[in-house]
Amino acid sequence: MSFFKALNIVKTYANHKALDGVSINIPEGAIYGLLGPNGAGKTSLIRIINQITAPDSGEIFFRNEHLKPSDVNRIGYLPEERGLYKKMKVGEQAVYLARLKGISKHEAIIRLKMWFEKFEIEAWWDKKVEELSKGMAQKVQFITTVLHEPELLIFDEPFSGFDPINVELLKREILELRKKGTTIIFSTHNMGSVEEICSHIALINKSHKIIEGPINQIREKYASNTYQLCCRYNPEFSPEKVIGSEFEIISQRVEGDRQDIILQQNTYCPANTLLSRVLPQTDIISYQKIIPSMNDIFIKLVKEQV
Amino acid sequence: MSFSIFNFQFSIKMNKILIIINREFTTRVRKKTFLVVTIFVPILFALFYAFLMWMLLRDDSQERTIAVINESALETPFQKINNTSFTYIDQDIPEANYIDFLEKNDYYAITRIPANIMSHAEIPVFSTSQVPMELKNEIASQLRQKIESVKRAEVIAKTQIPDLEAQLDAVKTPVLVRTLLVTDSGDTKESSSEITSIIGLVAGLIIYFFIFMYASQVMKGVIEEKTNRIIEVLVSSVKPFQFLLGKIIGVAAVGLVQFLIWIVLGGGIILISQALFMPNLDLEALKDANDLNMFAQGTEINPEQLAIIQNLVKTIDPMFILKFVGAFLFYFIGGYLLYASLFAAIGAAVDNETDSQQFMTPLSIILVVALYIGVAAMKSPESSMVFWSSLIPFTSPVVMLVRIPFGVPAWEIITSMGLLVSSFLFFTWLSGKIYRVGILMYGKKVTWKELYKWLRYKA
Repeated sequence: MSFFKALNIVKTYANHKALDGVSINIPEGAIYGLLGPNGAGKTSLIRIINQITAPDSGEIFFRNEHLKPSDVNRIGYLPEERGLYKKMKVGEQAVYLARLKGISKHEAIIRLKMWFEKFEIEAWWDKKVEELSKGMAQKVQFITTVLHEPELLIFDEPFSGFDPINVELLKREILELRKKGTTIIFSTHNMGSVEEICSHIALINKSHKIIEGPINQIREKYASNTYQLCCRYNPEFSPEKVIGSEFEIISQRVEGDRQDIILQQNTYCPANTLLSRVLPQTDIISYQKIIPSMNDIFIKLVKEQV
Repeated sequence: MSFSIFNFQFSIKMNKILIIINREFTTRVRKKTFLVVTIFVPILFALFYAFLMWMLLRDDSQERTIAVINESALETPFQKINNTSFTYIDQDIPEANYIDFLEKNDYYAITRIPANIMSHAEIPVFSTSQVPMELKNEIASQLRQKIESVKRAEVIAKTQIPDLEAQLDAVKTPVLVRTLLVTDSGDTKESSSEITSIIGLVAGLIIYFFIFMYASQVMKGVIEEKTNRIIEVLVSSVKPFQFLLGKIIGVAAVGLVQFLIWIVLGGGIILISQALFMPNLDLEALKDANDLNMFAQGTEINPEQLAIIQNLVKTIDPMFILKFVGAFLFYFIGGYLLYASLFAAIGAAVDNETDSQQFMTPLSIILVVALYIGVAAMKSPESSMVFWSSLIPFTSPVVMLVRIPFGVPAWEIITSMGLLVSSFLFFTWLSGKIYRVGILMYGKKVTWKELYKWLRYKA
């Protein structure tokens, strides 16, 4: 099933290629993390999806149809650099932005009232934006982004500039929107939030897509067959004697009455077999495969490309 | 089917442009500065106009007596004129006592005709208030006539030529220049190029200020949207070119509304002041009146003043006004569109207003030059510099309007208008390209070379 697809997107500026044959495929209902270091081409790709700029070549499909100008009304975009008219009143401005997305004035007011109530900011309606704090303005901007109930939402670094409480609020709202069926593109450097909320990711570096897919599969793929065995410290226990030929010890460490052993599995060996070898010797606390964090994968892949 | 889809898309676009126009218009019109400028400018004009009318037509009812100390041989050089009478004083008053003397006798001024007046025609007039131009001229003229007649009598007596007086009088030749305008249809009519060219220059000035005021408002708006970063949200909803178009039209609407308010207010003020200052004046009758002295009797206005008014009324015939207003609106809108799109491109190219100077300067110079040529056109409307600059689109809005009252062949106006339209289409397209790239480009010091590169980017 293809919800949103970009094929072989090329975008060249005078001096450099911002995107060189990048393809992405976003399944419906995904929270799709668009990752990459600064200058990788994320913003160029997002602007092309928003039809702010056109690609030099490549095709874009939205629900299997070529992306067309009126599709801007089905997409919501929160750019990294946020901004509103400072001298304009909050309510009036939100209505204006909603109308530009094809919502009638009447409908916009009804929906805005609902959102303002939800965020408990009704009192801001007649305030000028310049009277609001940065965080307050960001909330308003978030509302204007989602107000026209787009099928596809694009957030570029949505959490920057929010305090932790508002980050939580925003995460909740994003997950809520997903539950309602909205597909979300989520561009960020913040790997913690990627692991927490993304279902799929694509990593872009130096104008190329390096990897794409469901986040679990990617982490699984980059897992390096290392395991962590944690047990009660027992001086009599010498792991190298019992683990068997399939494993090799990378490191071990004793901390108080705990012993951590990192194992490299060279040939396949079921977990139960290993555990049955260790069990007679000491108390096992845990045994798990070490899955690399997105941060590790990100750094590894970006470094590999250099 | 495809047609209806096109139609649907088109109506979405139009609808969005209308929403943008609406915002650009209402936010500006609601500003206090708009209200202040819109109300105060006509009031200022009205005060100025009222002052002029008052100067021109004031009922000089103040009775003045001027004391004259005559040390010369001239006999009663001054005669009573209008409200000013002259009293000859025999005693000598020292200059230090003038103020006391004037106040004690309630004299308006005191003058001393020195003994050597015949060889050195200069007299002082001392007064506690500013002596009006009119009175000063009157004193000079009376004294001149007196001295001339004495000198003339001396010459006649010396030369002994019979009829010399009559012969000298015959030498005097007043020349009357009647300016007549020959129109395409072969009619001739009285015209006064001084008055019409002043109207032309005023119109050119208004266009000059409007272009500067409103085109730079467009630029400020663009810079504002760029610096507070709202532009990226806006262009994700509407194409940059459409947004720019909506903005330019919205600001133009503000200008036109302001201008209309001024016309209405100005017209009202002129009507009111006419009713106040010239209650009995029938302008239609005046237009055809031949004997101004007769006409003046009913109106308490003296014939010379009436002549000025008659000239004005005669010159400004309705057809001319219609044509002129049409041309004004055309050049106003065309000139504004041309400059506004260029100013918008400048606004998009820079990060703040200070940086805009390097690109603004060439345009400002062109506009100022246009204004200077406009002033020059008043003196020599036929010069080739004036001719060419009334065709070139960057200067034509100002210069052509100054030329029009002098009569411009139709083909020249059509060429000038055509050039203006095609160049504003071309430059709007060009500016649109720069705008599109520039609004999303931050923190870059932009050069002319860079701008040229932007023109070649794909939309």
